[in-house]
Amino acid sequence: MSKEPIAVVGVGQTKHTAARRDVSIAGLVREAAVRALEDAQLTWADIDAVVIGKAPDFFEGVMMPELYLADALGAVGKPMLRVHTAGSVGGSTALVAANLVAARVHRTVLTLAFEKQSESNAMWGLSLPIPFQQPLLAGAGGFFAPHVRAYMRRTGAPPTIGSLVAYKDRRNALRNPYAHLHEQDLTLEKVQSSPMLWDPIRYSETCPSSDGACAMVLTDRAGAARAPAPPAWVHGGAMRSEPTLFAGKDFVSPLAGKDCAADVYRQAGITDPRREIDAVEMYVPFSWYEPMWLENLGFAAEGEGWKLTESGVTEIDGDLPVNPSGGVLSTNPIGASGMIRFAEAALQVRGQAGEHQVEGARKALGHAYGGGSQFFSMWLVAAEPPVG
Amino acid sequence: MNPAPAPEVLSAPLVVEFPFTRSLGPVQSAFLTGLRERAVLGVRSAGGRVLVPPVEYDPVTAEEIRALVEVGTTGTVTTWAWNPAPRRGQPLANPFAWVLVRLDGADTALLHALDAAGPDAVRTGMRVRIRWAEERVGAITDIACFEPYESEPYESEPAPQAAPHSGEFADPVQGIVAPARLDYVYSPGRAPSRFIAALADQRTVGERCPTCRKVYVPPRGACPTCGVATAEQVEVGPRGTVTTFCIVNIKAKNLDIEVPYVYAHIALDGADLALHGRIGGIPYDQVRMGLRVEPVWTEGGRYPDHYRPTGEPDADYDTYKELL
Amino acid sequence: MNPRHVAIVAFAQTRHRRRSAELSEVEMLMPVLHEVLGAVGLRTGEIDFTCSGSSDYLAGRAFSFTMALDGVGAWPPISESHVEMDGAWALYEAWVKLLAGEAETALVYSYGKSSPGELRDVLTRQLDPYYLAPLWPDPVSLAALQAQALIDEGATDERALAGVAARSRGAAEHNPHAQLAGSAAPDALLEDPYLVRPLRRHDCPPIGDGAAAVVLAAGDTARRLCPRPAWIRGMDHRIEAHALGVRDLTRSPSTRLAAHNAGLFDDAAAPVDTAELHAPFTSQEVILRRELELGEGVRVNPSGGALAANPMMAAGLIRLGEAAARIHRGDSDRAVAHATSGPCLQHNLVAVLEGERAVKTEREEGA
Repeated sequence: MSKEPIAVVGVGQTKHTAARRDVSIAGLVREAAVRALEDAQLTWADIDAVVIGKAPDFFEGVMMPELYLADALGAVGKPMLRVHTAGSVGGSTALVAANLVAARVHRTVLTLAFEKQSESNAMWGLSLPIPFQQPLLAGAGGFFAPHVRAYMRRTGAPPTIGSLVAYKDRRNALRNPYAHLHEQDLTLEKVQSSPMLWDPIRYSETCPSSDGACAMVLTDRAGAARAPAPPAWVHGGAMRSEPTLFAGKDFVSPLAGKDCAADVYRQAGITDPRREIDAVEMYVPFSWYEPMWLENLGFAAEGEGWKLTESGVTEIDGDLPVNPSGGVLSTNPIGASGMIRFAEAALQVRGQAGEHQVEGARKALGHAYGGGSQFFSMWLVAAEPPVG
Repeated sequence: MNPAPAPEVLSAPLVVEFPFTRSLGPVQSAFLTGLRERAVLGVRSAGGRVLVPPVEYDPVTAEEIRALVEVGTTGTVTTWAWNPAPRRGQPLANPFAWVLVRLDGADTALLHALDAAGPDAVRTGMRVRIRWAEERVGAITDIACFEPYESEPYESEPAPQAAPHSGEFADPVQGIVAPARLDYVYSPGRAPSRFIAALADQRTVGERCPTCRKVYVPPRGACPTCGVATAEQVEVGPRGTVTTFCIVNIKAKNLDIEVPYVYAHIALDGADLALHGRIGGIPYDQVRMGLRVEPVWTEGGRYPDHYRPTGEPDADYDTYKELL
Repeated sequence: MNPRHVAIVAFAQTRHRRRSAELSEVEMLMPVLHEVLGAVGLRTGEIDFTCSGSSDYLAGRAFSFTMALDGVGAWPPISESHVEMDGAWALYEAWVKLLAGEAETALVYSYGKSSPGELRDVLTRQLDPYYLAPLWPDPVSLAALQAQALIDEGATDERALAGVAARSRGAAEHNPHAQLAGSAAPDALLEDPYLVRPLRRHDCPPIGDGAAAVVLAAGDTARRLCPRPAWIRGMDHRIEAHALGVRDLTRSPSTRLAAHNAGLFDDAAAPVDTAELHAPFTSQEVILRRELELGEGVRVNPSGGALAANPMMAAGLIRLGEAAARIHRGDSDRAVAHATSGPCLQHNLVAVLEGERAVKTEREEGA
């Protein structure tokens, strides 16, 4: 028997911001969940199960917070799962929820991811002073910057590429009312003259730290038929992991990312992603990861990703718009960032992305990654239901 | 072949401590501000149940609840547990009873401590009242504890009613600071212990995978690609090659290093993956991929303080590109 | 209903110990992974999906699960996921993956080292961060509140609870993996002082380190890998409200509902002969027995249960593994396994497992 088709019929986000001091953790997740339910015109009683994701519990200082959040998410008397796959968690969480529908275990599932980073300090959570270990010699950007340099060496990309990505994503964010950063008067010159933090990464090429939540309602074919607005249909979804550090690891283009994309394309029947996919929401926490992932995801040949960026292909009105929402560079509640990618991809194919809508988007890819470029999750959504 | 020596297990304290800053939202704000003012607020659900402490969302229907009510400061114990050895952070330092108390006018119970003479002085159904903390800041600890309250049995009194409350107070509490400290004893395990022991002799000793023959530095106990234990000891370095790097221009809070400095990935000779280190003894803007370096140790340092150029010609890109 | 049949085909666990300071998590876990894969003759690369459960708060380090992945040998890259929950829920996620037809085999593992921290302090961090966590109420104290409510209700007494402890640890004498085995007689146990009244030390689980792993397989693959697969006839999990004061602590409606949905109460099916219950405290076994309607004929926790070994994040998965292992060995035909999470049984998972004969019957009926 084939899998049940999965439809995204509700999407909800909070207005992402540095600190949501007006709500509790429960209030934050609730806001996104209610918006997703309203979008789907469903009530709590329509939800069969809840799947929640976030990154490390130390960020909020609550161990297994789903226990405390069960009431706020209407999960009492229902199944509730908590996923944690590092930075890719928002995507993985959506895929776990999708599987519940695909396997016909449940008909309608609420999935949600969040981070309330203002409760603590992400760098504290990430750099607990583990005895005997060599202290981390640089901040988060310092972990990624050497890999960016390796990419530049490998491809000969000019040093300005990163600033083009940052400038594009921040301008796209101006069209997205939920984005954290709204830098009205940003110019390319300002990006290019912003302080060099971890050379070759500049301040304006790094992601912010946000409080935020994102939720989706996933349902089966019958649920989709009752939906008030066009659903997004899941045509493929996959997760891939590889070890953190190992001999032969390619940090610039990890095999787990390539394999994950190939699996998704196979499921969705995509043979030429560059031509067949209309919009991409990819996880770009530092600007240079756009050209790197363009190659890793098969949109460009190895060494050629930066050329797509440079020639404007990834602009919102380009041939292959990347991060029309403004992306992680504009909004980063860590645990939710992956789900925001997935949800924004769904909004695009539903034609509900508002001012950052990519005209005529029929197929979109949502992408998330985490850990030491080792955990990947992706899905491909489309305006039409899958065949069969 | 050098078989692994029996490990001398390392361990050291690991303190995980942070003052979390929690924003409250309207209902919790009203409740905790009320405590500061010696008033106990609850919420009344659409079904008419009065929940104390007040929750933002109905545990039965999931509906948002905002209807605040005020309940009594006396109540009835619904269950209890005598705690003869209080732990750090618990409400009382002397032996006490944990209690669930249904305050007069409430339909649900609140967890707190009861200060009583001993377990024989506590029973389910007993009447208790709040003992307020002398200094109140708008936190659950504004209730210092409960104490026994000699009164007529609950059943003989008129049923108390919860009274509607606006929830409005002057200078409401918007957030709490919740300090949390947990003490761990960290042990890195066998393989990292062997690695750290060798560092004391300024030797960097990796471990070889019996299957793929790759040498891991630092060793973590398993070859991550083969999923088998590494055991054969292999000394690597001391010299190595900078495979890639970044120039750090912002000072990290916990590090006493002048910026700018170079943070590099260094493949030690004989190792099959790079480790991390700082490059010194050369202007930061002259560091390059392929630079040959060696460790510089300082008195008392567990790890090399930094790596400096050896003066050898740069390594050819092809010799280290697989280690990037 | 989903027509695919999924079974537990192998189970392995550590010998659980109070502390294992000489081993990192991956060093503790790896032999268990080798054992469980060896039992079915599969390599990591031949497993379609891997899912694990663990907790950063036990380790005191963020992203602690990423290091454990070293023991799996995730190269070439694997399809993999992780829940910040007991491994029983990792098994649930993998089961759904197999039901969806996205995998034929799955490796599930979980591990927890409680020894590095003060577990009674650590677990206070999973409580409501505004009203409860600031009071640092430890899990023994919360379980004691629940036990007292049960005693007040007349459902049990301290002597009966000591009987649960003695029976469980007596059974554990036949379990080489148990951390605690053997017990004094109930009357002697009652002479010990209270830990938190009404609970004494014997009413509480041992604190320790351990890991466990199972292999799941679907249909004919399961039959190929295991002479007598433990078929998962049904599995469900349900969560309750978080606050203790809004719950009736003497009941576990989530357990009952999960059991119902897992098919435990199906009139047509044979009764279970075995139950592996994740009841860390003696009083919780009383509650679970009542909700699951376990009669006298059911062997409860022949492994000794969580009272014999309770490695956090693994103890629930071990219940499923122990129940399956009895079916593998032919010691059980139909078993119920249960896992719990959160304070005072807040979140409960129930699975009904069966040996081959019963499944054939069901297939004939469906034909």
